[in-house]
Amino acid sequence: MKFVHGVKPDVTTDIVYMMCPMHLLKLEEQIKELEPGQILEIMTDYDGALEDIPAWCEKTGNEFLGIDETPDFYKFYIKKHAR
Amino acid sequence: MKKLYFDHVATNPLDPAVLDAMMPYFKEEFGNPLSVYEYGARAKNAIEEAREKVAGLVNAKAAEIIFTANGAEANNFALRGIALARQNEGKHILVSRMEHHSILNTARFLEKSGFAVTYLPVDKKGLVDPDTVKKSITDQTTLISVTHASSEVGTIEPIKEIVKVAKERNVIVHTDAVATTGNIPVDVQDLGVDLLTMTAHQFYGPKGAAALFVKQGMRIVPLIYGGIQESGRRAGTENVPAIVGMGKAAEIAKAELGKRIEYLRPLRDRIIDTMAGVENVVLTGDRQNRLPAHASFCVEFIEGEAMLLLLSAKGVFSASGSACSSKALKASPVLLAMGIPSGLAQGSIVFSLGMGNAPEDVDHLVTEFPAVIKRLREISPYAQGWGDRDEAGECKLP
Repeated sequence: MKFVHGVKPDVTTDIVYMMCPMHLLKLEEQIKELEPGQILEIMTDYDGALEDIPAWCEKTGNEFLGIDETPDFYKFYIKKHAR
Repeated sequence: MKKLYFDHVATNPLDPAVLDAMMPYFKEEFGNPLSVYEYGARAKNAIEEAREKVAGLVNAKAAEIIFTANGAEANNFALRGIALARQNEGKHILVSRMEHHSILNTARFLEKSGFAVTYLPVDKKGLVDPDTVKKSITDQTTLISVTHASSEVGTIEPIKEIVKVAKERNVIVHTDAVATTGNIPVDVQDLGVDLLTMTAHQFYGPKGAAALFVKQGMRIVPLIYGGIQESGRRAGTENVPAIVGMGKAAEIAKAELGKRIEYLRPLRDRIIDTMAGVENVVLTGDRQNRLPAHASFCVEFIEGEAMLLLLSAKGVFSASGSACSSKALKASPVLLAMGIPSGLAQGSIVFSLGMGNAPEDVDHLVTEFPAVIKRLREISPYAQGWGDRDEAGECKLP
């Protein structure tokens, strides 16, 4: 897992305590709204996202920048592909 | 014999227009809203339309409305969900002594789970003092829950003032607005609350649909785990017909609210004014700050259940205490919290009006009720009092 600190996102989505697979649905929905090259931050407490989000990025060609951990949840950083 | 229903705080009859709106979703529109094909899409659209209408009734955004099965679920969800979501910031919550069992029993569950709970006292009218709220907040307090109005005594609480003191300390405020939504103006922006409970069957909608308003951006731990219904915050296949009915009822309530209040308030006042002339009958709750269709009393030397039985024999249906306490045959905790002596609290009775009550129904009530009191007092072994008189021999009225 890639760990990052101090990434400045363009858009933040808080889905802490929301059930699986909201992390994938919100990810898809939010990425569509972004311009190529912009960064999305997703906050979630769902452990399954540790596998799902990097896998989704690989499948869709978006760049998974890494995660930042807090005591209660993870922050995932995804950069929208340039295409 | 004509049946006169004066128990609208227990539930309301369904508006026929609401039933009409619901019917297709019992029949041809049976789809599961999560299904991707057309049946699912139509059911999903119906729910989202209902969400807009319910949001409109309380001046919220549609995304801030989470549908639940009933008010009790929404109250459990609010209290437990916020207490757990914020437990790292503090483990102290405040609830008033006017609350419904779905708040009080959830608070007791949280106490057993390691949270501290302060039960806020009320005055003799049932009002929570914002200053008491202010003094009860500690650096561990995360949540306050105070009902918008008591369905038992009709008192409308000073929620705006409570929100003001709570916000000074960054404390979240929930209000149980089951008794008020659709019956008086309820505006989440104006009240300033973070969470608000409402239920359809209190404004001529169906049972089986209720909602929790959760201010945008607020984290809340789910009560029911499963799928991604309600944006992943409340699992379980939606009760589509009931939710559609709630939406329709909300739309009608918004349009007719002023007319309803204008019609019901004089009928309520007629009951209160008539009963003021009957000896040893006390109005419970606040005379001014009260629900427009709510008249509640404590009648000395008589048990509430006896009054209910005699009135029901005359085709008049009402309640004693809360809907639950009525069956439990024990003094209402709300009345006791207001300082009403336990003996007098046994004589509690509530008349709650609705749009189906004609003025002549109220004429019948204000004739029959004093007669029932007279008849019961003649046979009451307590006619000389319950033994809770003060030294001067006066009954300890609030």
